[in-house]
Amino acid sequence: MNKLKLIIKREFLAKVKNKSFIVMTLLSPLMVVGLFLLIIFLNEKNAEEIRTIAFVDESQQFSDAFEDSDVVKYIDLTSLGIEEAREKTKEFYYGLLVIPKSDSLSELSNGITFFSNDTPSLTVLSSIESKLEKKIRNLKIAQLQIDVDKIKSIETKVTIDAENFSGEKSSKIGSVLRMFAGGGFGYLIFMFIIIYGTSVMRSVIEEKTSRIIEVIISSVKPFQLMMGKIIGNAMAGILQFIIWMVIGGILLFAITLYFGVGDVSSSSAQMAPEMVQQMQNSSNNDLQLILQEIKNLPILTMFFSFIIYFLGGYLIYSSIYAAIGAAVDSETDTQQFMMPVLMPLVIAIYVGFSVIENPHGPIALAFSLFPLTSPIVMLMRIPFGVPWWQLITSIVLLIVTFIGMVWFAAKIYRVGILMYGKKPSYKEIYKWLKY
Amino acid sequence: MNNVLKVENVCKNYGSFTALNNVSISVPKGSIFGLLGPNGAGKTSLIRIINQITLPDSGTVYLDGEILQPHHIQYIGYLPEERGLYKSMKVGEQALYLAQLKGMSKEEAKKKLKYWFEKFEITDWWNKKIQELSKGMAQKVQFIVTVMHCPKLLIFDEPFSGFDPINANLIKDEILNLRNEGASIIFSTHRMESVEEMCDYIALINKSNKILDGKVKDIKQQFKTNQFEVGLLSKDKELLLNQINAQFSVENSKTTSINDDLRLLFSLKSGETSKDLIEFLNNKAQITHFTEVIPSVNDIFLQSVASNK
Repeated sequence: MNKLKLIIKREFLAKVKNKSFIVMTLLSPLMVVGLFLLIIFLNEKNAEEIRTIAFVDESQQFSDAFEDSDVVKYIDLTSLGIEEAREKTKEFYYGLLVIPKSDSLSELSNGITFFSNDTPSLTVLSSIESKLEKKIRNLKIAQLQIDVDKIKSIETKVTIDAENFSGEKSSKIGSVLRMFAGGGFGYLIFMFIIIYGTSVMRSVIEEKTSRIIEVIISSVKPFQLMMGKIIGNAMAGILQFIIWMVIGGILLFAITLYFGVGDVSSSSAQMAPEMVQQMQNSSNNDLQLILQEIKNLPILTMFFSFIIYFLGGYLIYSSIYAAIGAAVDSETDTQQFMMPVLMPLVIAIYVGFSVIENPHGPIALAFSLFPLTSPIVMLMRIPFGVPWWQLITSIVLLIVTFIGMVWFAAKIYRVGILMYGKKPSYKEIYKWLKY
Repeated sequence: MNNVLKVENVCKNYGSFTALNNVSISVPKGSIFGLLGPNGAGKTSLIRIINQITLPDSGTVYLDGEILQPHHIQYIGYLPEERGLYKSMKVGEQALYLAQLKGMSKEEAKKKLKYWFEKFEITDWWNKKIQELSKGMAQKVQFIVTVMHCPKLLIFDEPFSGFDPINANLIKDEILNLRNEGASIIFSTHRMESVEEMCDYIALINKSNKILDGKVKDIKQQFKTNQFEVGLLSKDKELLLNQINAQFSVENSKTTSINDDLRLLFSLKSGETSKDLIEFLNNKAQITHFTEVIPSVNDIFLQSVASNK
């Protein structure tokens, strides 16, 4: 036991003292946040640009349809005529909207054209479309001689307050966020398994190529060495994850403070429905709402299930990686064995994408129980709430598989580490199992 | 109990390949035991079994009279032929780690390491990484790591490879020192002159079987062919040769002489002694040289392996 501890310590330190580990651990969260801020910044920069749209209204009915907004201004060039307006727009404006003269409003709605130098942005087009639709609708109402006020009075705005049976509020933004959180965590586990599994494999190959292996296993059992390696690397992985979570938490807290969401969230439980509605209606509060929803995620459950599934998945895969490392002489020889190992992981990621669309469907259930894919798929489901029996079944399956896998890998490892010179075939490896 | 190690009827198969077939050896305490054999004979398999890296299919190994058990690891020091160290780990750190794996406490290991590092004058290497050292320097560290826990039984597989003659000598002296301090040493090498020089006992393994073992002296006695090499000065070489040929079976020796004497190799028949030969020759010529031809370990090796084909 004491020797196992020594090996774990060495492997852990060897990994953690590595420069690339330190850089990755500290820089990654900053990079993610930096990227996030950059996107926001660029978006705002983009939005700051004011677009001027000229229009020629030959029908003479739309002059009051276009109200200037923060980012789009409208200018009436009807007096110039189409040709001159085109020339002018080409030079000075973002685009030219031409509304032809027409007797019937229905015909008119199909004859409107937008000219521009570049392909117009979709948001601009749809905002113009909605303005036109609104105006045409009002005109039609007038034509039919219906009282506009009466129509307005029957318009009702409905906001559904979604809430599950345990009383947690959810919203559209919330479920999008869940998708992101689930997808993100699933992807993170995928990355962690591959990064740390490969790291175990490298370390095994290193011991083989530096020929220290025989010195070591004349002091300890191969199984101890393999487990020490696997556990040492796992601890480095968990350390990295915890550091990321802490940095992420601090950054989230900082952003929260900066945008002043703190007090709102603390009273979220007692928040009056009007307030929620008010918040949802006001677009300025989007970011606040997102931060609000982040706080509503089952973060603690996600954190612990990440650790459990990372450990389970990692133990299964890293023992396979260790066996591969032991079977070959150099990293270039690993290719033929890597494919079948990566397959289930990649499938899990693909399945995961459909899972976040339908987190409780049969496919989601099957793949979140199957131990080679469950670490990724189950983690993607967790933000949407998973019944306890499924969680427990999947964890039990995971543990049973990992014990079997470690046993199996240890047999290959034991023989493989002392084999030099030839690249083994699957058939040969099968023979090793019986030595 | 006079044997530090006793291997009894050990067999080991890898699939259909037999690596060791019913091999038994005994290593007496305080001796240097040469384990010889051509490449692929099964030496490494045997050494790995002694180190408990692999288990024998059948047969028993005793260390100091006890059946070999995992805790015996700390009494054995092993320098494998395929050796190496962690390249990116510091020398001192690494030596401490390996010592602790052998069951030493950290303090004890530090003390021992200090002693050895001073002895080899390499104290300033402590914080260097192995990749910064030359191969010979790394080998020195490797040697220290092998012996620092004062094992009862030391196993060296080609210990001199990678050393220049000066350092090889240093290592040789250290090995002899360790033997004098009471350690027993198994020594596997293809360098026959060092076997000749150092080993008290040898065992020869060929094609998975032990074909020869015992005290080097006894084996040589056994392989002795009653041959004598003689140098003779005489004015009339022709006559002398004729006289000799009439009485003894003789051939020209391969050694060249510096003073133009006649170098001959006499093979005595049973019953004839060196005394008879000297008396016969003394009357005929001046004897400048007279030695009994004792087979070298190299000869014995070649001869035994050839006859085992």
